Amino acid sequence: MDGLTQTRSGPRRTATGGRTPWEDIVLSNVLRIILVRVALGIGLLFIVSLVIFWATELLPGDLATQLLGQSATPETVAALRDQLGLNDPAPVRYWMWLSGAVTGDFGVSMANGRPIAEMIGARLGNTVFLALYAAALSVPISLVLGILAALWRNSVFDRMANAGALTAISFPEFFVAYILVLWLAQTGLFPSMVRINPTTDLGDRLYMTFLPALTLTLVVTAHMMRMTRAAIINLMASPYIEMARLKGLSPLRIVLRHALPNALAPIINVIALNLAYLITGVVVVEVVFVYPGLGQLMVDAVSNRDIAVVQAVALIFAAAYVSLNLIADVLSTITNPRLMHQR
Amino acid sequence: MTRHVFTGLDPALGRGGVSRRGVLQGAAALGAAGLILPGTMTRARAQTRGGTFRVGIGHGSTTDGYDPGLWDQLFVQTFAAARHNYLIEVGSDGQLVPEIAESWDSDDGKTWVFRIRQGVSFHSGKDVTADDVVASINHHRGDASTSAIKSLLAAITDVRAEGTTVAVTLEAPNADLPYLMTDYHIPIMPGIDGRIDTTSTDGCGGYIVESYEPGVQASLTRNPNYWKSDRAWFDRIELLSILDSAARLNALITGEVHLIDQVDPATIDMLESRGAARILSIPGNAHYVFPMDSRAAPFTDNNVRLALKYALDRDAMVDVILGGHGAVSNDNPIGPANRYFHAEMEQKTYDPDRARFHLREAGLDSLEVALSAADAAFSGAVDAAAMFSENARAAGINLVVDRVPNDGYWDNIWLKAPFCASYWGGRAVEDHMFTTAYAAGADWNESHWTNDRFNELLVAARSEINEDTRRAMYQEMQQIVSFEGSTIIPMYNNYVMAVANDVATPDRISANWNLDGFRCVERWWMA
Repeated sequence: MDGLTQTRSGPRRTATGGRTPWEDIVLSNVLRIILVRVALGIGLLFIVSLVIFWATELLPGDLATQLLGQSATPETVAALRDQLGLNDPAPVRYWMWLSGAVTGDFGVSMANGRPIAEMIGARLGNTVFLALYAAALSVPISLVLGILAALWRNSVFDRMANAGALTAISFPEFFVAYILVLWLAQTGLFPSMVRINPTTDLGDRLYMTFLPALTLTLVVTAHMMRMTRAAIINLMASPYIEMARLKGLSPLRIVLRHALPNALAPIINVIALNLAYLITGVVVVEVVFVYPGLGQLMVDAVSNRDIAVVQAVALIFAAAYVSLNLIADVLSTITNPRLMHQR
Repeated sequence: MTRHVFTGLDPALGRGGVSRRGVLQGAAALGAAGLILPGTMTRARAQTRGGTFRVGIGHGSTTDGYDPGLWDQLFVQTFAAARHNYLIEVGSDGQLVPEIAESWDSDDGKTWVFRIRQGVSFHSGKDVTADDVVASINHHRGDASTSAIKSLLAAITDVRAEGTTVAVTLEAPNADLPYLMTDYHIPIMPGIDGRIDTTSTDGCGGYIVESYEPGVQASLTRNPNYWKSDRAWFDRIELLSILDSAARLNALITGEVHLIDQVDPATIDMLESRGAARILSIPGNAHYVFPMDSRAAPFTDNNVRLALKYALDRDAMVDVILGGHGAVSNDNPIGPANRYFHAEMEQKTYDPDRARFHLREAGLDSLEVALSAADAAFSGAVDAAAMFSENARAAGINLVVDRVPNDGYWDNIWLKAPFCASYWGGRAVEDHMFTTAYAAGADWNESHWTNDRFNELLVAARSEINEDTRRAMYQEMQQIVSFEGSTIIPMYNNYVMAVANDVATPDRISANWNLDGFRCVERWWMA
């Protein structure tokens, strides 16, 4: 394949070092794909914003009653509602919110008057940190396990890896988390709860966040590993692999050089899906390890009817999904020549 | 350093004879003398105290803030007690202790004069003045106020600073006004042009706010200029919001925190057997209730209400729902920790025959009612309702449990459903409790109950100065609420906490609120 690429692009390279027509086509293709996807993504986010707003309107009660809780009296509720601007009609409030959100200004929390961007900032940082930490552990592990499992298909290793990963994914997250607490926290190896603040240095942060990251790793590894294994095994039956085998290449080289590049598209998609999950779906793990992430903030805001925060967080979650899928789409297109050179 | 001194004295603590507080003071002085530390006594003490006290609290939300009028749960209450002082404190024994108010008195019960302690300063360095006290009280008054205790202070007609005193004038005499001033909503905050700044952390308490992330944590450091020399023993306080009860327990077991609240009764034995922590189970005035809307049939008939009161097994509920950490209540919102608690009333027991008798008196053969419950009302409310339903069947009452969502419970069910579950934290005085939830027309009169004799007594008792007459009045009111009221009160729930062994507690723990009346942060110390 290397030789093929060289003959294609090598002689046509101009003396000035400019791009070849082939590279231009690739770039314009990629650019077009990205532009279309981004436009679609923005449209999707707009629809999501409508749905979010409509859904939050459906929640019973509002912030004023929720803030005052058991101590709400009609008088105090009315006074607070007036203060919070909850008396405007819904379309007006939607427009105010959306126009602010587009410029990055999510407004202030209705509950305590803090700027939402500031509230979310630290939480988002924590969530992304945990997601990347878990991804840094789980993606290499699942790729290596998946490749080895495909390589040694039906061996004891394959069966053990499968059984282990499926066992981990079959347990509910909180159960995995408590088992880890029992084994690793109650023995004093790692802390059972995460006490971090913006000044915590990276080493401490990695140490304190280890158990939640490990829990998430155990939960997401199976999915990625199984997909890697399945995609590679699927390709192993194709004629060109047969050819490679007949050439006498080593099994490892066949898998890494010939099968894996063609299996990347589904693997990338699964990884993107799991990364999105790591950002948006980890509220249970956050609760168990008292991790101050976005999930808890969202749950908190929903139960307190702090609608502005709910909307902002929901929009961030939607944006995370859309952009990760966008990246996955673009990457799988680039890795797949058939999609790159559609006629 | 500190630890050595205190650990060395531990056996002495166990022997008794000397109060722990006394020994501790002795120890602090001894430490100071032994080390021959230069500087003032206060400074030496600060050095011999020490430690970071971490508390895991099962409350806290990102919507929490610094506006005292909106405080509603244990996290903000304890956080407030750490950084603020109040006019008056409720002592461990339930008696009033002067705090920012050095003394107080009234000639007629109508105008109260509080003498403000001089030489106390806020964390910002500003002195605490009578004007600050006026601003702090006025925050809860007036039309624009959003305070939760607006109605409680509605009887105040005027608050005026006069030199170093503050005069509070009431519509009608009230002997308990000083008790109302202990309410956790009224910390003394610096006033700016007669108003307090509800975004400010400034207070005159034992600890200064270092950082605060609502719903996550608050950390505070000791106030070096704190005016109380025998309080605020820790160097640092960290309050952590840990909502999940299993996570809270884990945090205690693994040593991440020293104290947790709301220990799940099911885990108490296990926790005690591990030996790393001890359980504090404090009987207070907090209670769980099932209010019935006295305006809605069939609850309009007192016989129906009595039938229901005899149709539940209170002992079993204390055992099962509270795990034994509580006491049976006789449908009495006034608890054993109150001054005028009426202990001699005939205790209602589980008596299906008597329940049937009252049903017949009401002209009914059987009764079908729906009870709305969610665990938002109190932990175990749904189970308690199910037990009630089982008990009531024997009396020919078909009590259908309507399980409703936690979310929105206080909006949609409480005060709206004719029969539901609810809870009350204890109140220091009878008047506070009765006025809040039983007086005719009170906003939180859950049962919408009115009783002429009761309301007459309620007003009369406020201004009654003769102790015996007053006691008799409050006891009669308890009798009326118990036997003619529209609220079923099966039990008083203890405040159940777990404390790590490296933290020492005073012999007597305050029963007026949870966590030693929120004051664990300044009353407790490292063992």
